[in-house]
Amino acid sequence: MMEEKLLEVENLQKIFNTPRGALHAVDNINFFVRKGETLGLVGESGCGKSTTGRMIVRLTQPTSGRIMFQGQDIHILNKKQLKETRKNIQMVFQDPFSSLNPRMSVSDLIKETFDIHKVYRKDKERDERVLEIMNVVGLSPRLVNSYPHELDGGRRQRVGIARAIALNPKCIVLDEPVSALDVSVQAQILNLLDRLQDEFKLTYLFIAHDLSVVKHVSDRIAVMYVGKMVELTDYKTIFKEPLHPYSRALISAIPTPNLKKKKDRIILEGDVPSPINPGPGCRFYPRCRERIDPICKETEPEMREVKPGHFVACHRAE
Amino acid sequence: MAAKTSDQAVAMTTPAAKKKKRSQRAELWRRFKKSKTALIGLGLLALVLVTAIFANQIAPHPYDGMNLMVRRQPPSAEYLMGTDHMGRCVFSRVVYGTRISLVVGFFAVLLSAIAGGTIGAISGFYGDKVDNFIMRIIDVVLSIPPILLAIAIVSAFGGSLVNVMIAIAIGYTPRFARVVRGSVMTIKEDEFIDAARVLGASDYRIITKHIMPNALAPVIVQGTLFVAMAILQAAGLSFIGLGAQPPTPEWGAMLSTGQNYIRDAWWMSVFPGLAIAFTVLSLNLLGDGLRDALDPRLKT
Repeated sequence: MMEEKLLEVENLQKIFNTPRGALHAVDNINFFVRKGETLGLVGESGCGKSTTGRMIVRLTQPTSGRIMFQGQDIHILNKKQLKETRKNIQMVFQDPFSSLNPRMSVSDLIKETFDIHKVYRKDKERDERVLEIMNVVGLSPRLVNSYPHELDGGRRQRVGIARAIALNPKCIVLDEPVSALDVSVQAQILNLLDRLQDEFKLTYLFIAHDLSVVKHVSDRIAVMYVGKMVELTDYKTIFKEPLHPYSRALISAIPTPNLKKKKDRIILEGDVPSPINPGPGCRFYPRCRERIDPICKETEPEMREVKPGHFVACHRAE
Repeated sequence: MAAKTSDQAVAMTTPAAKKKKRSQRAELWRRFKKSKTALIGLGLLALVLVTAIFANQIAPHPYDGMNLMVRRQPPSAEYLMGTDHMGRCVFSRVVYGTRISLVVGFFAVLLSAIAGGTIGAISGFYGDKVDNFIMRIIDVVLSIPPILLAIAIVSAFGGSLVNVMIAIAIGYTPRFARVVRGSVMTIKEDEFIDAARVLGASDYRIITKHIMPNALAPVIVQGTLFVAMAILQAAGLSFIGLGAQPPTPEWGAMLSTGQNYIRDAWWMSVFPGLAIAFTVLSLNLLGDGLRDALDPRLKT
């Protein structure tokens, strides 16, 4: 695996001002994505994983912190530089039903990427490229003039992916790309993403709430909980020896097809704490079975590297 | 823009794809024709349009041809709707009047749709301070009754059909701005706008290619209904002498002349009045039908 860090997130923070107080959507998270790898970002809904993804593609302005892409902070780029950078960081959206303009046909939607960046001088070259990309993502050429509402979810998501890869980006943020799809279609799309990664040497940030999906595609997995990153390690370790109690609960929730194997499910009690004006301690404290009083309640655990490449934010972790 | 899209489609089309392209419009038509009133509206409007286009062929007499020998004749085979106080054929005048009313109504609304659409799009898209500023101005304009506003403008610049058109357009501009602003604000939050942004689309591109085509449906519906109101208003202005000047065969002006003779020549005012009612009714029915067909939320 190459060591080069393509994307690096430093002390990233996003606070939304709400009528009820400051909502810490993303709170001081750090991670990097190596060139060519897939980093899975998991957590339950509302934990800030999508906000993180949106900040990386600059749809949301961070409150503080830096997002470095190829050593360049993407939030201080001027208009022209930003447009160039956008070619390299693309995004696939969660809901293929709302992320495609209903008034544009499949070819219009893919063409748009080229038109925005004025890639082709001649319409003919461009139109040929559209068909080529449709072929790459597995869309039949007969769909070229179809409108999104005429396609099923899987095909729509293929259009979304076609748009994302059309400009040959280096990095793609996949924001729950399969969670809106049928299970049978999910596998197809995941295979497609996998193939594209090999073919075009893509780097993925794969956001999902479902560990079993991330498991199959990620090289490393980061777990988030209420705006904080709690654990980050490679995909094998997180399933074999998860160190954070929250990661353990998440992993125990993955259904297994083996009926004989007795499962030791950890059922979390209590509610997810509100990200509005969080207290000083560990965010997981109210639901944690292994909490140590008073330290867990009073001090927020820092992210520490307990083993090479294995980061955990928990007072118990050794 | 529609023409451009279809050109592109032809350039890279397979027969199956061609069929699909048509189906979207077919679907719209299918929903539209479900409503009988809408179809009646369309039929009536078609009749009005045909009358306007072929006025030269339909009208038996010139609209300003005076014949003092046949003043205030009741309807007869020669003069279908009788003659007025100057011996002009009321039927011919009503027929020619169709042109005037449609042109005034249509262009006034077109003008205000363009102006109001632009203002509304900017206001809704940029939001915040820009929006606040624009909307307050619009509130002020809206607080003036449109007919009063039109009277003020026309009396300031002189009575003529062009001025009436402009005055009506100014009155409807804020109404369009509101309609467009509302739909722009909803569409702006859609995910495909984010998707376009991630690709690097400029604000201009997002507004023109992504927001406006999706905001068009309510504009078309409102536009149809506003044409009806504009026609009424233009007739009203002409009625009080601020619009069309004689001998222009404007329905409102004909009504106004006719009222002096209403006791012994009812046809002078009844027929232009019916023409106004007929046209306005057809547009209203059509507008209602279009709203049902274009609004996907009511789709059954």
